[in-house]
Amino acid sequence: MPAAYTVNKILQNDRVTETVYKMKVDLGGAPQPAPGQFYMVRGWEGNDPLLSRPISVNDAGEGTVTFLYEVRGRGTRLLSQLPAGGQVSLLGPAGTGFPVGEVSGRVAVVTGGIGLAPMVYTAKSLQNCQVDFFCGFRDQSYELESLQGAVQRVAVATDSGREGQKGFVTDLFSVADYDWVLTCGPQVMMEKLGRACLDAGVRCLLSLERHMACGVGACLGCTCKTAHGAKCVCKEGPVFRAEEVIL
Amino acid sequence: MSDLRTDLCGVELKNPVIAASGTFGFGQEFAPFFDVGRLGGISSKGLTMGGKYGNEGQRICETPSGVINSIGLQNPGVEAFLRDDLPFMRRCGAAVIANLGGSDLQGYLDGATLLSEADIDILELNISCPNVKAGGMAFGIQCQSAHQVVSAVRKVCKKPLMVKLSPNAENIVEMAQACEDAGADALSLVNTFQAMAIDVERRQPVFANLFAGLSGPAIRPIALRMVYQVCGAVKIPVVGLGGIASASDALEFLLAGATAVQVGTANFVKPDICLDIIDGIDRYLERHGFAAVSEIRGLARTDR
Repeated sequence: MPAAYTVNKILQNDRVTETVYKMKVDLGGAPQPAPGQFYMVRGWEGNDPLLSRPISVNDAGEGTVTFLYEVRGRGTRLLSQLPAGGQVSLLGPAGTGFPVGEVSGRVAVVTGGIGLAPMVYTAKSLQNCQVDFFCGFRDQSYELESLQGAVQRVAVATDSGREGQKGFVTDLFSVADYDWVLTCGPQVMMEKLGRACLDAGVRCLLSLERHMACGVGACLGCTCKTAHGAKCVCKEGPVFRAEEVIL
Repeated sequence: MSDLRTDLCGVELKNPVIAASGTFGFGQEFAPFFDVGRLGGISSKGLTMGGKYGNEGQRICETPSGVINSIGLQNPGVEAFLRDDLPFMRRCGAAVIANLGGSDLQGYLDGATLLSEADIDILELNISCPNVKAGGMAFGIQCQSAHQVVSAVRKVCKKPLMVKLSPNAENIVEMAQACEDAGADALSLVNTFQAMAIDVERRQPVFANLFAGLSGPAIRPIALRMVYQVCGAVKIPVVGLGGIASASDALEFLLAGATAVQVGTANFVKPDICLDIIDGIDRYLERHGFAAVSEIRGLARTDR
């Protein structure tokens, strides 16, 4: 889908946890995003904060897109304060998402923290797969109810042990039990998973995060190392194959 | 509709708004958002002879109304540019400005030779990239080394030669005069200001290269002061840039004496912001009864 720059109406913008919010936006006829794609989101006047914020698609359909996002700094805090009925600028859908049509068989979807966001839409879009969803959180889970009916099993790990198994999400399963692993989360978690998958001969797709400026592949600020040279996370990514990307 | 046509050292631009190097790719990246042929010109991503991978580590850090970048001249190389990117730039309808960076004199000479034989309109010589060691900016700090590299490139360059100056030059006015004396046909200023950021959680510098280049609205008033000073000190045309994000910002530079402007970081804020700026300049001219944009050049100067 070609990206567009549009001003859109916010349908809802609700608090999910202390730091996580969910915003639903009317796309108003703009193209529908694919799983794993994102938008450069802007919800304030003027040049401070200067850059739009790259936010992944948590869900989409019926002419709307939903973002699940964590407040991390001024930009996301401003987004969290926008009222339903207000406006937000979207540049997108941006990037290359998950090749969901290619994925089949036993699939482990593995997330850490807010890396959950793009994997909900991705898990829901998988066809002919048995999907197990493993997600790690600091303290407590959120937004897992939206996975009902879309996945076979959901397992939770938390840093504090307050919910699910205490410890790393990667300790909840063995990659060798799966045909595919799809993941989004902290760099260390994805590095560990990517390596385990390469060793076990399991196909693995990772969704990377980078500081971004343009979102269209022009500024070259968000590159990652790959077997084929530097690639823009905003354009050739954010989803890469484990064997291609050098973490 | 006012006459926005702008003569930049013998090259006619449709209007005085040019997309700045390093912020607009090779034009094609922005083609999904608007007809980039409406721009006065597009300055290519900074090119080097052999191409470059660019810098390691984090490359972007936002600051108040600004952004620090440490891209490090990542580019496919002059030859790949001529083969893969120039055809679209040429076809789109905006003036083609090839931005050439380098890390040694021979690289500049080889690049200028190749580029000036190609179908480009202007060669923009970047002696001001702060992100590449022993290069780019090294030539743009002291007048003597700038004079040397511009003179040498002038001899091999068959196209109009515009030299892009660094605000980190020891003395921006003397630097401008040195480049004019060395045969530059035009000047563009300013490139990014050398800057720094520290990650307080990790207690270490954000950028692997330590220092990087600050751009965006935060630098505009300083850039404007430098453009004003240089316009008063040279006879060749000056292209002003540094934090321009609106028609009003662009008009400040034109009124200070700039012949044209470049828009850089603001392209990241809104992909078609250059069109807003072009239309805004047009409305301003109409509102104030000017028939052509050339009429307002330098009108705010006190030394007219």
